[in-house]
Amino acid sequence: MTDMLKNDRDVVVPGDEIINSMDYLPGKNSFRKGNSIYSKRVGLVSMHGRVISVIPLSGVYIPKVGDMVIGKVSEIQSSGWIADIKSTDRAYLPVSGIREFVDTGKTDMSKIYAVGDIIYAKINVANQSSLQLSMMDPRTRKFNSGRIMPISPAKVPRLIGKEGSMINLIKNKTNCRINVGQNGLVWFEGDKENLVTESIRIIERDAIYEGLTDRISELLEKA
Amino acid sequence: MKRKDDRKPGELRPIVARVGVIPRADGSALFSMGRTTAIAAVYGPREMHPKRMQSADSAVLKTIYSMAPFSTSERVRPGPSRRSHEICKVTRQALEPAVFLKEFPKAGIYLFINIIEADAGTRTAGINAASLALADAGIPMRDLVTAAAAGKVGNDYFLDLEGKEEDETKCDLPIAYMHNEKKITLMQMDGDISPKDARGVIDAAIKGCEVIYDIQKKALMEKWGYKKPHAAEKKEPAETGEKAKQAKEKPAEKKVEPKKAEQKKPAPKKSTKKEVKK
Repeated sequence: MTDMLKNDRDVVVPGDEIINSMDYLPGKNSFRKGNSIYSKRVGLVSMHGRVISVIPLSGVYIPKVGDMVIGKVSEIQSSGWIADIKSTDRAYLPVSGIREFVDTGKTDMSKIYAVGDIIYAKINVANQSSLQLSMMDPRTRKFNSGRIMPISPAKVPRLIGKEGSMINLIKNKTNCRINVGQNGLVWFEGDKENLVTESIRIIERDAIYEGLTDRISELLEKA
Repeated sequence: MKRKDDRKPGELRPIVARVGVIPRADGSALFSMGRTTAIAAVYGPREMHPKRMQSADSAVLKTIYSMAPFSTSERVRPGPSRRSHEICKVTRQALEPAVFLKEFPKAGIYLFINIIEADAGTRTAGINAASLALADAGIPMRDLVTAAAAGKVGNDYFLDLEGKEEDETKCDLPIAYMHNEKKITLMQMDGDISPKDARGVIDAAIKGCEVIYDIQKKALMEKWGYKKPHAAEKKEPAETGEKAKQAKEKPAEKKVEPKKAEQKKPAPKKSTKKEVKK
C-alpha cells in the first residue's frame, strides 16, 4: 500500500509525514519510523526513483570534500592556519596545503596569510575528527579587494544554477568577477557591483520559485 | 466553575506564533499565549565553547532562559537565578529527544529563550517558541515539540492557566509533548493531586498540545511555504508565482480546520502516554 501524503516539491516541516509505504527509502534529511517516511527539516520534498529526500531551505553549511569555500583566517599556528568558514567547526589549512614551499622555522607565517585575510579554498578533508582546507587547486586564492556578501548556504545551488547558468549570466551581464563559496559567502568585484548585490538578494528571497533565471536576466537587461 | 476570562475549560488563550523574528539568528520564533510572550533564537550548529563541554559523538544543546526585568508587575532581577537554571535544564531535556544531535559531533547549538511578558506558563511558551526556532534554523528534528499546562480548579480541568488562575489552583502541571511519537518529554507539577485527576489533567494538556502543534506548523509554513514572489507584486504577475500560489495555498487552508475540530474532540486515548520523563 502506498499512501502519498506529500507531493514532489511540497514544502514540509520537521515531523511531517511524506509517504506511508515500505516501497520507498528515506534519503537525505528524512527518516523512517514504522511504515512511514518523515521529514527532518524545513524543506522541499524531492523524489528520485524510490528515494525520498528533503532539500533543506535553511541551516548552516555542512562541509563536503571538494567544495570551494570562502573563509577568514582567524588564527596562526606553528604549521598552519585556522580559518572560520561559518560551519560547525573551524577549518585547518596546513602549510603542506599551500603551493609554495614554506620553511616553518624561518618564515613569518603571517606574511603568507595574516589573521583577518579572506581566502578562497578547497575542502580537502572533512570527517568526524578533522576539517582541512587546501590551496593547491588552481581556483584557490586570497582576496585583496572586492566585496563579500553572505547568503543562506541552502540557497547557493540556486545562485549557481544548472551547470552554472545563473552565475554565468550574472558574470556576463554585470562584467564582474564572482567567486561563490559553497558555505554561503559570495565574493565579487567589477563595474556593476550593486547590480550583483541586487540579483543575489532576489535569488535568496525567491529561491523556491521557478523561472528565476529569466527574471534575473530581465533585471540585468534593463539596467 | 467559570474561568476568569470566560474561556471554556479546555480552551487555550489566544495564540500568536511567528517564525523568523530575529534576522541575524540562524533561526528564531515568537510565541505568545495571552499575556505570556516568549522569543527564542537559535545559533548554530557551530563550534562549542567552552571546549570542555564538547561531546565527541554528538552536538550539545545549550539552553539559556531568561526573563526580561519588565516582564512581570514586579521587577525581575536580571541574570541567572535558581528558577531560570531549572527551566533551562527542563527545556533542554524536553527538546533533546526531538533533535538529531548525533549529526553534528563536537558542535554546539545555542538556544536563547527570552520571556518579555509573563503571565504564567512561561516554560511552555518558551518550549513552543524554541521548537519553532530550531525548525527555522534547519536543525534536523524528529518532530516539533509542543508544550501546554493544565490544572485543576474546583472540579474542572483547566487548560493553559493564566496568572490569576494559577494562584488559586490546587495543581499546575506543564507537559511537553511530541505529536508523532506520542511521547511526553517534560512533566512537572506544582501542588498536589489524586492519581485519577492527574490522568485528567494530563489528557487536557495533551489536547492543548495537539492544538498548538497545528498552530506551530502553520507558523512555519507562513515563513517557508510558497507565497507570491516579491518582484511579481510590482509588475507582471509572474506565472510561476500564480501557479505556485494556487497549488500551494490549499494545504495551508486545510491545516486550519483540524484545529477547530480538535477542540471539540474528546481527549486522546490513554494509550498515548508511553514514556514519561521527569
